[in-house]
Amino acid sequence: MSSFWTIWVSVLTLGTLIGCYLLLRMCLKNFAGVPEGESMGHTFDGIEELNNPLPKWWSNFFLLTIIWGFGYIAVYGLGGWNGLSGWQSSNQGILNLAESKEKSALAKETGMLVQYDREVSAADEKYGPIFEAYAAQSIEALAGNEEALKVGQRLFLQNCSQCHGSDARGTTGFPNLTDKDWLYGGSPEMIKASIMDGRKANGMMAWSAALGGEQGVKEVAAFVLSLSGREVDATAAEAGKVKFAMCAACHGAEGKGSVEMGIPLGAPNLTDNVWLYGGSQRAVETSIANGRAGVMPAWDKILGEQKVHVISAYVYSLSQK
Amino acid sequence: MTNKHEKVEKHVGLFFIFTILAISIGGLVEITPLFFQKATTTPVDDLRPYTALEMEGRDVYIRESCNVCHSQMIRPFRAETERYGHYSVAGEHVWEHPFLWGSKRTGPDLARVGGRYSDDWHRAHLLDPRSVVPESNMPSFKWLAENTLDGELTAKKLSTFNFLTRNRSHKDEQGNAIPLYSEAEIAGAKKAVKGKTEMDALIAYLQSLGHALK
Repeated sequence: MSSFWTIWVSVLTLGTLIGCYLLLRMCLKNFAGVPEGESMGHTFDGIEELNNPLPKWWSNFFLLTIIWGFGYIAVYGLGGWNGLSGWQSSNQGILNLAESKEKSALAKETGMLVQYDREVSAADEKYGPIFEAYAAQSIEALAGNEEALKVGQRLFLQNCSQCHGSDARGTTGFPNLTDKDWLYGGSPEMIKASIMDGRKANGMMAWSAALGGEQGVKEVAAFVLSLSGREVDATAAEAGKVKFAMCAACHGAEGKGSVEMGIPLGAPNLTDNVWLYGGSQRAVETSIANGRAGVMPAWDKILGEQKVHVISAYVYSLSQK
Repeated sequence: MTNKHEKVEKHVGLFFIFTILAISIGGLVEITPLFFQKATTTPVDDLRPYTALEMEGRDVYIRESCNVCHSQMIRPFRAETERYGHYSVAGEHVWEHPFLWGSKRTGPDLARVGGRYSDDWHRAHLLDPRSVVPESNMPSFKWLAENTLDGELTAKKLSTFNFLTRNRSHKDEQGNAIPLYSEAEIAGAKKAVKGKTEMDALIAYLQSLGHALK
């Protein structure tokens, strides 16, 4: 705080406290010119005002609050001064995250009382070793650890359930994580990579124009549905099969998806009757005509690797049952 | 007349002035310095102004009173920072007019909601919150997808923000203030938002929240 504002705050605060004390002292004296307990010389509705002194308990309490005020200032400070305790709620005036970390480290080193930092380091001491121990184990091993899975589930409910559902079964547009059907692969490493860095689908393009409009879309949809054994118009599917060559680049010649081909495109398997955006004729047509571009946000910076590791184990465990 | 106190008791104007003086001290001490202190008027390093679309989204946010149920203020408690991210600092909000910190959380804090969910999720959630979060009690905002922006006032909004933040913008190496929006950005504002829906704008705004301290 600049010196002007320090003076401003200090003078006004201390002035008010002292002013309150002087006012109290003045009011404790009989300055009315009427002896104590006698009439002040006016009545209203038959009620007469007597010159009574301030109640003792009240004026003493007032005095105590003033003393308390000085004590409070001594402990918590005033203006730019942090007081005898040096207490701060958090690090103020930081301009970036690196500065925030620096200030926290400095406070720890010099023993400054930054409440938030203390709270966090106390928690780190308590929970840090637990996550350290989990981080040292492989995801497969963690997936067999009941305690770790409970932690993972908590983290999942807090951060992932909004999209994937609290039972991890997903909903239209947000993948089911329990069904062994993976867009980018279900190995522990792939799951962790998906959570850490997020996934931005390379984008199912809008194929409407390339397929020659509605008819083409209908035909390809019919063929795609036939891949998972659905009953479709055979002529349309036949025509769609030819056009499917365009889709094969990402979904594979047999429509088994990019995971089968070992490339991380996020193109789903079309033969397993699992439909991220709905499996009705109409929904599949919409996907083909307008394209789809699902996004999984990156959690690396939000949660940190250790927590992602535990969540990965939880997610991995879901499809192992 | 020896009772000096009577002067105050019987002159309402004088009593009024004394009252104002007494109650203004708290504000003078606690509020006034914040308008001038460096810590509360310097933007954080990575703060960038809202784009034209985000600015329109912010106005939708205000119009729909999102701030009544959602705060944008993460307090420095571990319980909050674990859930929402780094606590909010003044430098992130120096360009807010009005600030949208809110004071009540019927829904979660949104100060760092940007990037946490995909655009698709926001769309599904705003159209029908219960389609993705079954236990949610948030209303549906279906009409946002139907209302289209015309962008008539967007340029005016941007230049107004240039004026409002003239003393608190980033500075270049010579120490000259860099206005939030360049002439070109203001000129292109209408084109940038025209034809977009209010839903697009609101999602763009939500995705921008918290960008400066991530």
